[in-house]
Amino acid sequence: MIFWGVTLNLLSGFETTLLIFGLTLLFALPLGLLVAFGAMSKFKPLRSIVKIFVWIIRGSPLMLQIIIVYYVPGFMFGAPITTRFVAVIIAFVINYACYFSEIYRGGIESIAHSQSEAGQVLGMTKGQIFFRVVLLQVIKRIIPPMSNEIITLVKDTALARVIMVVELIMEAERFSNSGMIWPLFYTMVFYLLFVGILTLLFGFIEKKLNYFRA
Amino acid sequence: MALLEVQNITKRFGTDEVLRNVSFSLAEGETLAVIGSSGSGKTTLLRCLNFLERPDTGCISIRGEVIYDAAVSQSYNDSYIQQNRLHFGLVFQSFHLFPQYTALQNITLAPELLAQKRPDYGANKKRILHEIQQEGLHILDQVGLSAKCGFYPHQLSGGQQQRVAIARALALKPDILCFDEPTSALDPELTGEVLKIIRELAQKNTTMIIVTHEMRFAYQVADQVLFMDEGLVVEHGSPQAVFDNPSNERTKRFLERYFSDE
Ligand SMILES: Nc1ncnc2c1ncn2[C@@H]1O[C@H](COP(=O)(O)OP(=O)(O)OP(=O)(O)O)[C@@H](O)[C@H]1O
Ligand SMILES: [Mg+2]
Repeated sequence: MIFWGVTLNLLSGFETTLLIFGLTLLFALPLGLLVAFGAMSKFKPLRSIVKIFVWIIRGSPLMLQIIIVYYVPGFMFGAPITTRFVAVIIAFVINYACYFSEIYRGGIESIAHSQSEAGQVLGMTKGQIFFRVVLLQVIKRIIPPMSNEIITLVKDTALARVIMVVELIMEAERFSNSGMIWPLFYTMVFYLLFVGILTLLFGFIEKKLNYFRA
Repeated sequence: MALLEVQNITKRFGTDEVLRNVSFSLAEGETLAVIGSSGSGKTTLLRCLNFLERPDTGCISIRGEVIYDAAVSQSYNDSYIQQNRLHFGLVFQSFHLFPQYTALQNITLAPELLAQKRPDYGANKKRILHEIQQEGLHILDQVGLSAKCGFYPHQLSGGQQQRVAIARALALKPDILCFDEPTSALDPELTGEVLKIIRELAQKNTTMIIVTHEMRFAYQVADQVLFMDEGLVVEHGSPQAVFDNPSNERTKRFLERYFSDE
């Protein structure tokens, strides 16, 4: 059966796609929060540096950033990143942390300062106020923009092939290079199924947080 | 000795002097009503007492012990402020309940977090949390809302939300409970239930500072009335002295305006 053979091949490419997706989320979600705190810091030099960095990352193509992360350390410092996959992860994490940071910042700044003051007069510490009062309200507010960004990430994983990391599309291209074109179209099913599952998941979380208004 | 002593508090925003040499003292169990027109500095005064603003000059003492001295205020760190603001409770004009917690959880959250600092917390965690829970229910009952303990803020009326906010402040047993226009954000038919709770607190000799535009209520409940204008304490005395025999022109004009509206 050619179909099953192709499917198995594509699944191995899809595994790489999922790995890029998963690792990027794992590192970029917390890193983005740190970047957001930097962008909101009371210490102006830090704030400026972080804002310029976010501008550079958001202002240039992710494809270019992947190439830079892979080639520049070798050219400039004689310290090449040896595996292509690691370079892809580094580029994706930095890029997505910057996008997430802006979503976090918008979310945090949209929670009225009065919530923090209410916590303060009750003797709570800054950490307690953030984690016990503000955070869940922020999460509720940022679920829609976050789901957008995360769904974009699913499709951005295809950029990994610029440095020859064999993800789903590149896997399919191996077939098209030898004259078999349908596996390339078949990849669409993988993306659509995965995004479909994510959409259901976000809908579920949104519903879970519907018990309060913020 | 006075429970609270406020001496020569001045607060500036830029060059704008919002509080000027405000002084007063309050004995245990007394109720002080603060009145004055919009922008006279009433909210700022309460915010200074609760360490949400730092006065530029002056001292605040509790039972004779200075807890805030503007001259050395730079040296106060976060934990000092956290500790000392527990002398005061503050009920905001628009409640500011935590939306993701039920009425009961709004009340127990801060006591639970504070309890974590107790040395016996690790050993007696279960019992301590249970006690806090019981105490929370008890306070909720005091404000007449035990039936609503599992309700979230958006499921409560404005008056009920404000009563939960009062309960939340009471749960920490502050020495002095401050109210910033507690009924101003409420529909007129809901102010009564909140004023009733405050009246009951006064009868139980809770020490309170109440910023209010409800003159009749201030007259009935307060032991002292303080009239502020442009950051100055213009008149200060018993309700009878301030309302019935104001000595200052500005007080007279303010009160006339009020009672002609009614
Ligand atoms: N953070 C701030 N920065 C600058 N000015 C402020 C700030 N907070 C208050 N003010 C100013 O201080 C003055 C007193 O304000 P405050 O809120 O204490 O008045 P108030 O007596 O509570 O008035 P109201 O009856 O309207 O609530 C106002 O002129 C206000 O504009
Ligand atoms: Mg005010």
